[in-house]
Amino acid sequence: MTVVSATVDGFMGRPRRLGLLRHSLVLARRSLAKTSRNPGAVVNGVMTPALFLILFLYLFGNSVAGSTRDYLQYLFPGILVMGAGLAGMLSTGVAITVDMKKGVYDRFRSLPIGRAAPLLGSLLADVVRYVIGLAILFGIGYLFGFRVQTGLPSALSAVALAIAFGFCLSWSTVLLAAVVREESAVLAFSFIAFLPLQLGTSLAAPTDTLPGWLHAWTNVNPVTHVMDACRALLTGTPMGGSLALSLTWSAILLAVFCPLAVLTYSRRQ
Amino acid sequence: MLQTEGLVKRFGRTTALAGLDLYAGPGSVLAVLGPNGAGKTTAIRVLATLLRPDSGTATVAGLDVVRQAREVRRLIALCGQHTTVDEELSGIGNLVMIGRLLDMRAADAVRRAGELLGHFDLDGAAKRPVATYSGGMRRRLDLAASLVGHPRVVFLDEPSVGLDPGRREDLWRMIRGLAAEGVTILLSTQYLEEADALADQVAVIDDGRVIAHGSPAELKRLVGGQTISVRPARTDDIETVASIMAAVAGRRPERVNRHEVVVPVEGDSAVILMMQRFRVEAIPVTEFSLRLPSLDEAFRALTGGRRGADDNRTEVTA
Repeated sequence: MTVVSATVDGFMGRPRRLGLLRHSLVLARRSLAKTSRNPGAVVNGVMTPALFLILFLYLFGNSVAGSTRDYLQYLFPGILVMGAGLAGMLSTGVAITVDMKKGVYDRFRSLPIGRAAPLLGSLLADVVRYVIGLAILFGIGYLFGFRVQTGLPSALSAVALAIAFGFCLSWSTVLLAAVVREESAVLAFSFIAFLPLQLGTSLAAPTDTLPGWLHAWTNVNPVTHVMDACRALLTGTPMGGSLALSLTWSAILLAVFCPLAVLTYSRRQ
Repeated sequence: MLQTEGLVKRFGRTTALAGLDLYAGPGSVLAVLGPNGAGKTTAIRVLATLLRPDSGTATVAGLDVVRQAREVRRLIALCGQHTTVDEELSGIGNLVMIGRLLDMRAADAVRRAGELLGHFDLDGAAKRPVATYSGGMRRRLDLAASLVGHPRVVFLDEPSVGLDPGRREDLWRMIRGLAAEGVTILLSTQYLEEADALADQVAVIDDGRVIAHGSPAELKRLVGGQTISVRPARTDDIETVASIMAAVAGRRPERVNRHEVVVPVEGDSAVILMMQRFRVEAIPVTEFSLRLPSLDEAFRALTGGRRGADDNRTEVTA
């Protein structure tokens, strides 16, 4: 039989509209299929925040809030944000470096698809992974006694905000991945950045009693604002400027890292 | 069908390509032969639109690989040194995904995947995750993946690396099949034997430029061609063996010692003629081998002994 020439005309599909979106969806499916066989990153993205939740709850609950029940109401929204941020930092950057090393991206880049499609596909798959991860975290939170004090629309907005922020933040590791091309380096960076970024926040306690330098950091750290905003959306605490700051920071992260990442990635030689 | 002119590519201080000129006509097989670090992979990456050259031009089907990269990508397929199929997906899953990326409709992509899996003897394993495949099966799937979109030009970067001899023969057969269908193939290799088995034209490259170019036969003439080496069972026969071989080959033996005679030959017919003479004269032979010059020998001949191919520089794949 003939492998190639038999149907040369008209077999390869004609270029269709919305190519980038369709190709990204195909590659998102690939990423999710890989996750379902090898769910390490998702498990990690749920286990780590869940462990922090349980540890912090019983370590600080009584001294910070008087009871673990009250403390959970304070702690849980921040844990949710941590879950989304961690999932983003762990999955796409690492997956991309592995694909680059194995030459998979060379194949993708020699196909007539948009150069951003593999990145976008991986990030779209991340969004699905976030949703799953956050749903599990919500389940754990409810098990321990967390209750949404506002309403469904607010709760959904909180989840959307956490995911949007995680998505925007994850472009930083995508850029790093495109530059260093070494998954262990991406993992190391994510781990080191995780500590000040996720813990140097209002996660465990209100920030006003902190020493000056740390207070200054938590104020600068966008994660604080996202946690505050999610806390307000879930439990009805005062919102202040946190939502506006969260969205602004998300937009800045996206505007800076996304073009740089796409550029570095497509220029990569 | 594909052509490069004066291609130059530098990585920092390393010059990977130093004015490379290649040409392969439609439906032909061009082998780019050279040692590690000669610039083979870099040349393929430029032609496959993955790398911008610093100067010079490269075209595929008359299309410039830099300015018309997108159009070029619709015509080419790349099969790199590493297998790039996904371990976690099934064989058919991998191929359908490529089909979908090539804008095939779902049903077409599935049909095409089935066609290729059948052709490459993988239908039995179609639904198994690639993680369970053997090395040879992965190579075949990788080749199948590059053919999903009916490419007109296929780049094979050291296709037989890591394959055992039997599997390599299988792969060669498949590559020849492709060529017979009119696909233009550029393959890089470190083995003269592979170039000889597959290519219409061979470009020998070293330090990023072509140092010799021609058909395998021309190249072999240039580097001294093939030799037959014979070890008779009885050392007493060595003189008779030497004279028979010299008579059949029409050439003086290259080497005669107590155990072995080596004579240069042209063409394969000498093998049969010599075998017949040994049988007629009742001379038992323990070893009879036809060998091509190694890449080392070819390089020594082509570079005037400047250096062998075995100094193991690392290939620039970045």
